[in-house]
Amino acid sequence: MSVFNQSRGKIIQFIFAVVVLVILIQLANLQIFSAKYKLAAESNAVYRKIIYPDRGIIFDRNRKPILENIIIYDLMVVPADARGNDTAGLCALLQIDTTEYKKRMRDLIFKTGMVRPGIFEPMLSPEMFARLNENLYKFSGFSLSERSVRNYPYHAAGHLLGYIDEVDTTFLRVHKDEGYLMGDYAGRTGLERTYEKVLMGRRGVKNYIRDNKSRLQGEYEKGMYDTAAVAGNNMFSSLDVELQKMAEELMTNKVGSVVAIDPQTGGILCMVSAPTFDPNYLTGNQRRKHFAELLNDPRKPFNNRAIQNNYSPGSTFKTIVGIIGLSEGVIDEKFTVTCPGFFTGCGTGKPKCLDKGTFAFKEAVAHSDNSYFSTVYKRLLDQPRYKTTDSALNVFNTYAGSFGLGKRLGIDLPSERGGLLPTSDYYKKIYGNRFFPCNIISNAIGQGEVNTTMLQMANVMAIIANKGWYYTPHLIDSIEGGDENGLLESFKVKRWVDKRIPAQVFEAEQNAMQAVMEIGTAAASAVPGIVVCGKTGTVENYARVNGRVEKQQDHSFFSAFAPKDNPKIAIAVICENAGQGAWAAAPIASLLMEKYLKDSITGKARKDKYDLMVNKNLIPKLMRQEMIKNDSLRKKREGEIQKAKEEKLKANQQNAAGKVTTGVEMTPPKNNRKPANPFSTHAKSEGILSSTVEKRKKTYNS
Amino acid sequence: MASSRNNTLAKGIDWTVVWLYGALVAVGVLCIFMVEYQTGDSLAGTIFKGKTNYSKQILFAAFCAVVGMFIVLTDSKLFTALANLSYVTGILLMLATFVIGKNINGSKSWIPLGGGFNLQPAELCKIFAALALAKYLSQPETIFKKIQSQLLAAAIALLPAVLSILQHELGLALVYTAFLIPMYREGMPAQILVIAISFGVLVIASLIIEPNLLAGLLTLIAMIILYALRKAIRRNKRIITIVIAAWVLSVGTQRILVPYIFNNVLECYQSTRIYSMVGKDYDCSLNKKSAKKAKDKTVKKPDDYNVRQSKIAIGSGGIFGKGFLKGTQTRGKYVPAQHTDFIFTSLGEAFGFAGCCLLLGLYLFLLFRMIQMGERQRSTFSRVYAYSVASIFFFHIAVNVSMTIGLFPIVGIPLPLISYGGSSLLTFTILLFILLRLDADRQMVLR
Repeated sequence: MSVFNQSRGKIIQFIFAVVVLVILIQLANLQIFSAKYKLAAESNAVYRKIIYPDRGIIFDRNRKPILENIIIYDLMVVPADARGNDTAGLCALLQIDTTEYKKRMRDLIFKTGMVRPGIFEPMLSPEMFARLNENLYKFSGFSLSERSVRNYPYHAAGHLLGYIDEVDTTFLRVHKDEGYLMGDYAGRTGLERTYEKVLMGRRGVKNYIRDNKSRLQGEYEKGMYDTAAVAGNNMFSSLDVELQKMAEELMTNKVGSVVAIDPQTGGILCMVSAPTFDPNYLTGNQRRKHFAELLNDPRKPFNNRAIQNNYSPGSTFKTIVGIIGLSEGVIDEKFTVTCPGFFTGCGTGKPKCLDKGTFAFKEAVAHSDNSYFSTVYKRLLDQPRYKTTDSALNVFNTYAGSFGLGKRLGIDLPSERGGLLPTSDYYKKIYGNRFFPCNIISNAIGQGEVNTTMLQMANVMAIIANKGWYYTPHLIDSIEGGDENGLLESFKVKRWVDKRIPAQVFEAEQNAMQAVMEIGTAAASAVPGIVVCGKTGTVENYARVNGRVEKQQDHSFFSAFAPKDNPKIAIAVICENAGQGAWAAAPIASLLMEKYLKDSITGKARKDKYDLMVNKNLIPKLMRQEMIKNDSLRKKREGEIQKAKEEKLKANQQNAAGKVTTGVEMTPPKNNRKPANPFSTHAKSEGILSSTVEKRKKTYNS
Repeated sequence: MASSRNNTLAKGIDWTVVWLYGALVAVGVLCIFMVEYQTGDSLAGTIFKGKTNYSKQILFAAFCAVVGMFIVLTDSKLFTALANLSYVTGILLMLATFVIGKNINGSKSWIPLGGGFNLQPAELCKIFAALALAKYLSQPETIFKKIQSQLLAAAIALLPAVLSILQHELGLALVYTAFLIPMYREGMPAQILVIAISFGVLVIASLIIEPNLLAGLLTLIAMIILYALRKAIRRNKRIITIVIAAWVLSVGTQRILVPYIFNNVLECYQSTRIYSMVGKDYDCSLNKKSAKKAKDKTVKKPDDYNVRQSKIAIGSGGIFGKGFLKGTQTRGKYVPAQHTDFIFTSLGEAFGFAGCCLLLGLYLFLLFRMIQMGERQRSTFSRVYAYSVASIFFFHIAVNVSMTIGLFPIVGIPLPLISYGGSSLLTFTILLFILLRLDADRQMVLR
């Protein structure tokens, strides 16, 4: 029998071989000829994690960090491991109720699933972190994960430093090839934005193996394909953070701006736009809420009034008119004008002057005589050698333009405005083909169409202080590791004003401005022991109220530099709708100059003045009305919500009473949490806007 | 006999097979290790603590080595003597599972032995059935040409299969069809084997291959056969009829019978499950039964996760693989049951096509060696037994590997000597070592 069927053994071997061959063919097909399985495996199992480097730190001129990183903690949870915990205990720690706990858990499971860690509570406060860290071992599945956030240790200079935020689609479109991804953070305003390239550093990539439930299992190929993250470069600013803080305090409950420049370098010493805000309010977990509050404030706190607002410069513009007049030779220092109460040159009785009498150049500046500078301006435009008013105006603009007016200075902050030096074309559109000096005579006293930013005015002061040159004002002096992108190049170029202006003219101007502080309009704001040169300004302004244009309280304007010899600070201050320059802006500037030059405010009289200025509430009338309106609207809305809540509660209780017969006691929900209302006592403080008021540190003592 | 064994205990033992056995078990432990190892595990610690699967498998292997030694030390006559008794015991044990069985993974086929050990009688029945079949066929009064002898032999082989199906162990039941091969070797008409294989291949092909392509392929095969046999056809016209009839039957099976079974006989979920075993979607709207029942029921996407992940793991291995312990799919635990039924994927990912070829080469060598051993026996008992063991090994290997690469529906069948599991390792060890024992006495005529 066995012999009979022996060939069948071979056939069976053949069958075995064929089946194995078929398997090998399919294996070859899968392993050698199908690339898709390799890709599928990659996307299955390799997780590319982007490692974000620490952003660069910004230091002030005294090497104090004014923008740094701190580690804060998120509370993470793996829902699958969090079963069987003492939920009530955890809720008590976190100060939430169990309903909220359940809701968050549900959302998390929906978002990240059961087995991957998700953020249960982001950005824990330090107290909460301490409390949780001690007790967390009791709650399985919960852990703390650290992350780096921006921190502003001085709570100052929000407008300048700016903030980072998640990039949006517009940003991604503009910065297409720079490697940003959805969900990344980038500097959106201020220095954070201008120096984004420097501060962001270089991101790294770490490859992990992840398992079938997306849990990370370890490094992929021992980190062979990883790239390391490189931290952002630190930057050194010209800012003096103590001065900045003091300026912000002085501007509490005022609307306006302060800009101080070091004339010798162009470095900005302080720049305040009031009302300002604590930049830390835009980093924590409440940032959305704070953002909305700031955005809805009628005082527009996000607006950087130092560079984004065009103001009429008022009488401070007379410094420019004077310098050009002297340079062009239409007047000399001994030239006098008599004012009977108004300017007589145009026959319109305008502009008026406050002090009647006869003034030479120095006295005219000191007393801010409108007639004198109207005369100078008219003479400038009437010069026969330029034939027409047009060309005379162009000459004037060439001079003024070389002072950095009428165009952006190029500071290292985004959204700078350039002011306005109206050209002859501009006026031809208004007055037809020919116009006369008397049409535009208001410009002589800075009240016409001419507009400047506060930065420009501070820079003009720096130019006068330097007698004819300046560096472009800037906040960043140097970058650690070198300026690879050439961002600072334009700040190293010494710029000269029109060379036709002789040095004596600047000297005459300086002497006149010194007189302002000694015998003139700002005599009350002199800095003891220091020769200050200044110029006040009182700017008429109008606003549209209910469709009608109404004259508002004047803007208080002041610009100065000090000391006269070897100038160290040039400053410009505006307080909107605060009256004459000498009332608000001049004392503030004077105190700041004293602080910067002497390092502290000395003497009882000066300290009292400091307190007086800090406590002055000069919020413009219109804004105050608007704030009260917003406030009452909010109160009404909150009242309605409260009422609705109470009604709902009542209904619930009634229902419960109807249904529950076992005598379960219903405790009404605790309602001791008052709605945080930053505006409720705005007469005294402004909530988050003036954190400085309540916990004010007497900076002048330091 | 006694004197020859006194000379040396291992006389006549085929050492090639022993070495092959050792190599395969070692590969198995290695593969299980790759599945389980996590970066940072301390090797020595995990092996000796016996907590991990690979350390357990090492223990099983040691135990199996002892069992193998015992078998080699016994007398060949023991197996002929015990063949029928063990078969009856096996069947009784299988029946007992219906009463005292323990439910593991949805199949009530285990008998708890205490101490955390469970026995699966169906697994052991493979050995008993092989012995019983060999015993029956080797009896001089059995004339295998008679149809009733063939039916009886089939009954011996298929009774445990029927019981396995009743225990919901489809995979184990399928294994018993492997006994067709020794029966064929002993004179069963070739047509039965051809038809059985063709039918099996055809059903699976109609699941896997797109219907029109398959019809085309079948037509092509028919044409080739007609062309090849053109001379014979000239002499005998009936061949055309036979070939055409076979073609009609095949295409009929593929186009009508298979869809009919899936759409009209089986329930929707059953069809879906079988289709998903080969990694395909089944459109439930075609199913008459489910259509009648509930039209508004939403059709869930079939879960072909196992096959997909298994194919990804193997496919991503490439020619030479990702290297030892570098398989990302393995480390990420993407393949379910990877240490048992899908152990082949860990090898395929780590060592690629080359590694797979090597393993399949080892297996093929073992299979050929067993057939060679079968052919050199003087006694029918030993030969039938050798063929049975070879067929059982072959069936396990073919089905297990095929299912991991999407050529066969997923049925729970372990890869011999490699998959994790004490029961399975022990069964294959016993099967193989009994063969070695019988082969050592190949000059003897056993009845």
